[in-house]
Amino acid sequence: MRTTLAQASLIRHRARTLLAVLGVAVAAAMLLDMVMLATGMRESFRELLVSRGFDLRLAPKGTLPFDTDATIPGVAAITSVLRNNPDIREISPVLGASIHIPIRNREGEGQGDVSSAVLGIDPTVQGDYEFLSGRDVTTPDAIVANDYLIRRLRARIGDTLAVATGYDPQTRTYSGQRKLVLMGRARFVYGAADQSAAAVRRETLEAMEGQARHDHASLFMIRVRKGADPDRVREWIETYIPSVSAISIATAIAQVDQRLSYFRQLAFILGAVSLFVGFLLVTTLVTVSVNERSGEIAVMRAIGVSRAHVVQQVVLEGVAISFAGALIGLGLGLATARYLNAILSAFPGLPMAIDFFLFQPSSAWTALALLVASGIAAGVYPAWRAASLPIAESLRREAIA
Amino acid sequence: MTEPTQTPAAPDERPIVSLRDVRRDYALGAERVHALQGVTLDVERGDYVAIVGPSGCGKSTLLNLIGVIDQPTSGTVEIGGKRVDDMSDWEATSFRLYNIGFVFQRFYLMPILSALENVALPMAEAKVPREERRERAAQLLAYVGLSNRERHRPSELSGGEQQRVAIARALANRPTLVLADEPTGELDAHTGAEIISLFQRLNADGTTIVVVTHDEGLADAARRKIHMRDGKVVDGSA
Repeated sequence: MRTTLAQASLIRHRARTLLAVLGVAVAAAMLLDMVMLATGMRESFRELLVSRGFDLRLAPKGTLPFDTDATIPGVAAITSVLRNNPDIREISPVLGASIHIPIRNREGEGQGDVSSAVLGIDPTVQGDYEFLSGRDVTTPDAIVANDYLIRRLRARIGDTLAVATGYDPQTRTYSGQRKLVLMGRARFVYGAADQSAAAVRRETLEAMEGQARHDHASLFMIRVRKGADPDRVREWIETYIPSVSAISIATAIAQVDQRLSYFRQLAFILGAVSLFVGFLLVTTLVTVSVNERSGEIAVMRAIGVSRAHVVQQVVLEGVAISFAGALIGLGLGLATARYLNAILSAFPGLPMAIDFFLFQPSSAWTALALLVASGIAAGVYPAWRAASLPIAESLRREAIA
Repeated sequence: MTEPTQTPAAPDERPIVSLRDVRRDYALGAERVHALQGVTLDVERGDYVAIVGPSGCGKSTLLNLIGVIDQPTSGTVEIGGKRVDDMSDWEATSFRLYNIGFVFQRFYLMPILSALENVALPMAEAKVPREERRERAAQLLAYVGLSNRERHRPSELSGGEQQRVAIARALANRPTLVLADEPTGELDAHTGAEIISLFQRLNADGTTIVVVTHDEGLADAARRKIHMRDGKVVDGSA
């Protein structure tokens, strides 16, 4: 009966209730978006890191992977040390560089250069790209590229490219040049959609880069044995190889957390404001409704309806508005999150796989729980007012009115 | 039709309503209003009492005290031999639910509920099983002559019909006492007469009724009239 009465009081002023529900829906959408934003980038980054199955990354001491042009010397020696640790299962040294490729038309006339990032990798253990079609870099003269670079080059699989590295702007010369065959297409997981990227075998890139980068790597990616603790391996590496900074997924996420703390603060503040606006909206609506029904409530109390039941009915009204608003807000929030994500993800230089708004069921549950809790809280004041109405006095006022 | 008849209880000689030197003062701004000034009154079981008097003489205040929706400033109020003037809110609510039926001038039916659901509302509060309350509500509506209006909402009923639904609701939990505050105040003479007749039938079936009214017809239909003036019973007290 309480549910019927609560429903009745909401239906009685349909337009008002609908507007309140829509208001709560907007607040709920905002809240959901903020919850998704607060955790989205972090979770998305974590998924990106674990997606290729590498647990540790080794960068030159004091840097983050590909943060600078610094490299780690002595790849062979470091690999040898790493192999002493039985918890290390796979080692993937990666050398990063820039390449320049001239574009020529069908008549062989030069039409400028395209520059691109290139990774020197071992294709059997690489964790930087997802191979899409063609053949991987199984031979020293092979190169794979992402679609963006292939489009810019107007090249096709099987084309031979004149690839140059080590450009010196003063002498306008390259340290190394080589003819490489475009063997396949790949999607570089850490690259942006509008960023050219290619990969060759590491020894090929080392040979093109010259003596200065021989036996150098920009990064080591390491897989640990199943069941081994990556953080213990990390500590071991930093002890035995002092020239590197070892970064586990946990420490990488902690660093990302630190860098994104302002995002989370912003999301927290905006989320709290949305929740508060929703709370005020429901409190106002239910309080107005209770004031309008003071005579009716007094009669209910007179005929023996307990205070507790009056409180439950009024709180139920608040919860019903919040819940309905939350359900609509969920859809609205997902739609706006998708739209905003598309805008933010187009920010230059961001990896394609990074999402700002990542939907996780826990986000929806959190937003829903917060809204229902705020709906209960919003009903408390009007419920208290309703339950405290002096019966005789309210009836007298109603009679006079 | 015998639905509202009280189950014969063990003979109880005590008055069903007993007020002794009851006073009720209100603060009205800086002023103190003495709404009741030492009222002593008994109502016997099965009686039908009309409280009459000019506006502001304290009739409704007296009814509120008998109905346990207000408490006296001093004096004692007993209903069915039980002190009710110092009950907690919880005790008073429970007492009203099971012992007192209210009929108001403006009916105060829940607009969204059907006639049947309105009558069943106090029974739901008293945790009467759903089927039983449906059945009893239907019997009560039949008793007040509205068996064909069970599914109608208050807005689909005339004033007289709404008041009859309110009377049926007042009888829902088989109260020992029915209190009515100007029950014909919103009705035309003809419909008012029907309600008067209904109250008489109700009383004849054993229900104790106390009614506050300006309506001479309703007051004349009562077995006993109590006149009030300036917060005092001037005629017809215990």
